[in-house]
Amino acid sequence: MIGLEHYLVVAAALFVTGVFGIFLNRKNVIIILMSIELILLAVNINLVSFSVYLQDLVGQVFAMFVLTVAAAEAAIGLAILVCFFRNRKSISVDDVSLLKG
Amino acid sequence: MLFTLIFYFFSLLAIGSGLMVVFSRNPVHAVLWLILAFLSAAGLFVIQGAEFIAMLLIIVYVGAVAVLFLFVVMMLDVDFATLKAGMARYIPLGLLIGVVFLLILGIELSDWNSSEIAPDLRQVIQPADIQNTEALGNVIYTEYVFLFQIAGLILLVAMIGAIVLTHRKREGVKKQDVVSQMYRDSAKSVSLEDVPSGKGLS
Repeated sequence: MIGLEHYLVVAAALFVTGVFGIFLNRKNVIIILMSIELILLAVNINLVSFSVYLQDLVGQVFAMFVLTVAAAEAAIGLAILVCFFRNRKSISVDDVSLLKG
Repeated sequence: MLFTLIFYFFSLLAIGSGLMVVFSRNPVHAVLWLILAFLSAAGLFVIQGAEFIAMLLIIVYVGAVAVLFLFVVMMLDVDFATLKAGMARYIPLGLLIGVVFLLILGIELSDWNSSEIAPDLRQVIQPADIQNTEALGNVIYTEYVFLFQIAGLILLVAMIGAIVLTHRKREGVKKQDVVSQMYRDSAKSVSLEDVPSGKGLS
């Protein structure tokens, strides 16, 4: 029988994959944004699993809000990326350090 | 038994496509693998009985966010080969941090139990006789209506922000100027000329 732990293991694996992706592709902003989406997906799996486990709907409501914020974050992040690409003709993270402080 | 098989199918698909998002060389392929990861997560949600979140995941992520990613990846003319150049250097550090994370999460998962008072702390107990979507709808528009409005506000701000960030004034583009069209009248734009014969208007 599939219990709560199985879902938590899947979520943990997805979370670690996302964190690993950020470290692996640390120059490519697009892949970093996708890795953040993977991390948020793992969080959502956790929330929904506990919601189903405890028979409490609040977890699913909260997962919905996480989804909303993730969508907004992706839109703003990609807009900043497009803006940055127009100025610098590159999306490498190394080029972002324009402010010499 | 069938549920177990479906669970393992979707979870392996989710983890495998998550790894392919990270490792794939072509960003377009990465976006497509991301779509597959979200679809399999939606499958997991369906077999858990959270259909509404599953459908939301498909509509919001596959329908909007992934297409946005795809659009940006295809629109930007980026040389992705140079971005991939130093990738092998970061694998040991990434693996170290990944293994540490997995160990921490493994320790958490191996020894935990839910509190005795957890069932009493539930805010909205899922009713047994109505569907998931209906139960969520009963809650979202009554108890959590302010949070719902704030979520809408966040989306509005994100939309305005994205438009402001990416909008630019371009030179040499002919645009319709509605106000000047409306203020134009026949007295200023039409004139009656007395044309001498054989000469024409110069």
